[in-house]
Amino acid sequence: MGCTASDVVAALRLAATVVQEHRDELVRLDQAIGDADHGENMRRGFTAVLSRLDSEEPTSPGKALKLVATTLISTVGGAAGPLYGTAFLRASAAVGDAAELDCEAVAKALQAALAGVVARGKAVVGDKTMVDALTPAVAAAESVDGSVAAVLSAAADAAAEGAESTVPMVARKGRASYLGERSAGHLDPGARSTALLLRAFADAAAKA
Amino acid sequence: MTAASSTGRVGLVIVSHSDMLANGVAELAGQMAPDVAVLPVGGTEEGTLGTDYGSVVEALADADSGEGVVVLYDLGSAKMTAEMAVESADDPSRYTVVDAPMVEGAVAAAVAAQGGASQADVAEAAERASGDTPAATPSRPALHLVQDAVSAEVLLTNDVGLHARPAALLARTVAELDADVVVRYGDEEASAASVLALMGLSAPGGKSITVVATGKDAGEAVRRIEELAERGFDD
Repeated sequence: MGCTASDVVAALRLAATVVQEHRDELVRLDQAIGDADHGENMRRGFTAVLSRLDSEEPTSPGKALKLVATTLISTVGGAAGPLYGTAFLRASAAVGDAAELDCEAVAKALQAALAGVVARGKAVVGDKTMVDALTPAVAAAESVDGSVAAVLSAAADAAAEGAESTVPMVARKGRASYLGERSAGHLDPGARSTALLLRAFADAAAKA
Repeated sequence: MTAASSTGRVGLVIVSHSDMLANGVAELAGQMAPDVAVLPVGGTEEGTLGTDYGSVVEALADADSGEGVVVLYDLGSAKMTAEMAVESADDPSRYTVVDAPMVEGAVAAAVAAQGGASQADVAEAAERASGDTPAATPSRPALHLVQDAVSAEVLLTNDVGLHARPAALLARTVAELDADVVVRYGDEEASAASVLALMGLSAPGGKSITVVATGKDAGEAVRRIEELAERGFDD
C-alpha cells in the first residue's frame, strides 16, 4: 500500500512529537561540539510545522512535504533550517503531484533530499554531518523492495547506524569543524536528528 | 546604513548570526561609503543568535536600488540562508553572495560601491579582501615605465598617513575616473582601487607617497590625490 497525504501528515506529526521529546538530548549533543542550539531550533521548527498542520490540510504528499520545507526555512534559525528545508523541498519536488507514494517514490524522495542537503551544505560522507546518516539511509531504501514501511524501516536502521558512525569522526563541516580533533568522540547532532526523523517516519508507516 | 531608495549604487547586505555583529560591520563599512545602502541582518526573530530567512529576503529587496546587491555573511548557516534567499528571488542574478572575510570584505565592497563599481566589481573587491596585508598588484607592468603615465610625489600632511579613512577617501576620489592609479611607498605598490592594499602600504604621516596614473583621466586622478593630501585628508 502506498502512503497518502494523510499518511504523510501523520508521519510529520509523529516526527514533530519525537523532535520535541528529544529536544534536550539534541541540545546536549550540540553543546559538546557546536553552538548548543540544534535541539531548540528543531523544536521551534517542528512546533511551527504542527501549528501549520492544525490550520491547513495538505491535499497531496508533495504539498505536505513542501509545507514542512517552507516552515523550517523560515523558523529554524540555524543550519538545520536551510538544510532540512532544502531536503523537504527537493523531496516535495521529486514526488510531484502524486496522490499516493509507493516505495519507489519514497526512495526517490529520499535520494532527492540527500542531493539537496549535499548541494546546500557541500558536505560529503565522513565530514561528521547529517549526510553521514542520510547517505546510508538512501542506499538502504534503494535496496529494499517491499512496502513503504519496509523501505522506511530499512532507511531508519541505516540512518541510526550512520549517525553512530559519526562518533569517532573529526568534523570537517559546520560549527564543529572549528574544534578540529576535539570534535572526535561525540555524536553529531545533525546526524542524530536525521536518524530520529527517519525512525519517526518508519514508525508512522508501520502503523498506517 | 541608509535605506536603499535610489542611490544608484550597488547595495550591501551583511548577514550575521548576531544582530550586534551585523550592525557593527554595517556601521564600519558605511563610514567609508556614505551613499551606499549597507543593510545589517542578524539574529533570529526572537532576538537570539541565528539567521532569519524572512529578514534576509526583505533586506535583499531593500538594499537593491536597481544596481544589484552584494551579500556578505559570517558563518555556515548565514551563508546557506543567504543563498536560499537569493535563489528564491524573482531575479537571482541581481544578488551575489560572496565568500569573503566579513569585515574586510564589507569595507572593500562598500568603498567599491561608493565609487560606482558594478555588482560584479563590488563582489570582486570583497573577495579580494583578506585579513593579510594584501599583495599589491605585483603582476602589472611597471606603470612608471608606461609612456603616458602621470606621476607625482605626494606628501602625507595628516598625522596618521594612509590609515583606514584616508585610504578610503583616496580610493573613492579616483574610483569614478577612467584611470589606473597605483600608489607606491618604499618598495611596495598598491592599486588605488583597493582600500585594503592602500592601508597595507603602512605609509605614515609626514612621509611621501608616489602616485602613478595611466588612462584618460590620469592627470585628473593625480591632481585630486594631491588636493586631498594638501587638505590633510580632511582630518
